[in-house]
Amino acid sequence: MTSLPALPTPKKLGLVIDLDVCVGCHACVVNCKEWNTGGYGAALSDQHPYGADVSGAWLNRVHSFEVVPEGGEIVGEAGEARIVHFPKSCLHCEDAPCVTVCPTGASYKRTEDGIVLVDEEKCIGCGLCAWSCPYGAREMDLAAGVMKKCTLCIDRIYNETLEELDRQPACVRTCPANARHFGDLGDPSSVVSMMVAARGGIDLMPEQGTRPVNKYLPPRPRKPLAASAGQMPKGEDTSGATGFFAWLDGMLDRI
Amino acid sequence: MHPASSIIVFTVLSGLGYGLAAFLGLGLLDPSAFATKVAYISALVLIAGGLLSSTLHLGNPRRAWRAFSQWRSSWLSREGVLSVLVFVPLAMSAWLCAMEGRYSAPIGIAGSLLSLATVFCTSMIYASLKSVQAWHTRLTSACYLLFSLAGGALLGSAFGVAGSGSASPLSFFALVLLISAWTVKIAWLRHLDSLKPLSTPESATGLGAVGRVRLFERPHVTENYLTSEMGFRVARKHAAKLRKFALLLGGLLPGALVFLVLAALLAGAEAGGAAILALMAASLSHIIGMLAERWLFFAEARHAVMNYYGG
Ligand code: SF4
Ligand code: SF4
Repeated sequence: MTSLPALPTPKKLGLVIDLDVCVGCHACVVNCKEWNTGGYGAALSDQHPYGADVSGAWLNRVHSFEVVPEGGEIVGEAGEARIVHFPKSCLHCEDAPCVTVCPTGASYKRTEDGIVLVDEEKCIGCGLCAWSCPYGAREMDLAAGVMKKCTLCIDRIYNETLEELDRQPACVRTCPANARHFGDLGDPSSVVSMMVAARGGIDLMPEQGTRPVNKYLPPRPRKPLAASAGQMPKGEDTSGATGFFAWLDGMLDRI
Repeated sequence: MHPASSIIVFTVLSGLGYGLAAFLGLGLLDPSAFATKVAYISALVLIAGGLLSSTLHLGNPRRAWRAFSQWRSSWLSREGVLSVLVFVPLAMSAWLCAMEGRYSAPIGIAGSLLSLATVFCTSMIYASLKSVQAWHTRLTSACYLLFSLAGGALLGSAFGVAGSGSASPLSFFALVLLISAWTVKIAWLRHLDSLKPLSTPESATGLGAVGRVRLFERPHVTENYLTSEMGFRVARKHAAKLRKFALLLGGLLPGALVFLVLAALLAGAEAGGAAILALMAASLSHIIGMLAERWLFFAEARHAVMNYYGG
């Protein structure tokens, strides 16, 4: 059915992505591809994998942005430009336009936990759902001719043959910086909901009216470089040195 | 948006076919005339050709029948359902005309209404997408409907003159509809040109509170499905030229030809080969103009996802 669930889903499973912490290593991108090429549905094909124009379907990609604060071009003044690494996968929107546009019923949102999925047996590969998603979360698998998207690793999170620790999306499990968190955003007492409340988690493109479940934690404010300048002269002052360092200081002075 | 030729050909040809069918359904052409029989067949061929072309861009065309199931929520599904339903009255009308030289008003009018409803559904596939701001306006549907009707009246008037040997009321409709269609289309273009982007790199990343946002690095160095499907950009200078080309061939030239034929026939000239040829040329010119118009419809539209790709 490509109508959205009539009632809010009891659970809202999703991700919280911490833009303050992500270092842009792309480990989540690679592990997502790795898990999902052998998991749910058709393999994630690549086109011309060894050619110059390699391309393929990925369910999670990391973009990098430069953010320039007002007046930030002047180094040390109002805060400098900074780089923010920005992982992006399906946000499992509550008002998912990708679900209602689908002519076949292949694209659907689960009533029990809100996960948005594609039933690849039904998909005709018309691509309309990818057009309707403002976030670019859906990519056509050109070999299988069906639409691919993040499944929130539905074949991991409920998978009892995996150890409890591994019942998380592949991207979350692999992130070496702990920038990705998985949980129920419909439950205000869940760890992810508390993080969102504490850090002022945000929706991407709220103006598109999609009501995404995934939230992003904005980078923390940064001290301008100039604020650390006062630390420099301290390196020259040896008057407080004691013990071995006082001896070393004296010896080096004498040489 | 990437201007896929299968979709452009589909919307232009089937739009024309539905427009012609809508006028045939009104019974304005003499059903016993040979030219009217050809008109019915042409409408069916145009529609069927368009539909076939539309399946070319599917990843799994063998499952296309599944697209009839979600008419409650999806405009694409509604279009699919109607495009099949409409064949019932259209085929019946064509049969009546071709075999018995008759016209039946109830069947004809049902065909006209369903034809226009199908074109409306096609237009809503685009107009309902909030992610493509240029399309997300009621003017989109108005353009699709008016262009379809204008093309239909134009082609119909050629068949009408051929069949009756005198001026056809359809020539007059064609003139009025061409003017209305381009008036609305120019309003649509003005709307496009004055758009303030709904989404920006700032809102797309949520980093607007920190500062101005600019793409530093794409996720991958090569193109992907998203950038080739939605990242198509046409140079402004080319777009401006193509707009003029579309207006010239899709509006001004056919309009002038119809006007001349109409004036000549009303002044008492004989409705001979020259008039029919001129109207056929007008129709052909309109089709070429529409192909350019539809190409631009896609090429000039920017998708919200480009906020993540620096486009
Ligand atoms: S992010 Fe895109 S694909 Fe995912 S639910 Fe929202 S609209 Fe659909
Ligand atoms: S590509 Fe598949 S899932 Fe997407 S709208 Fe078309 S049929 Fe539905």
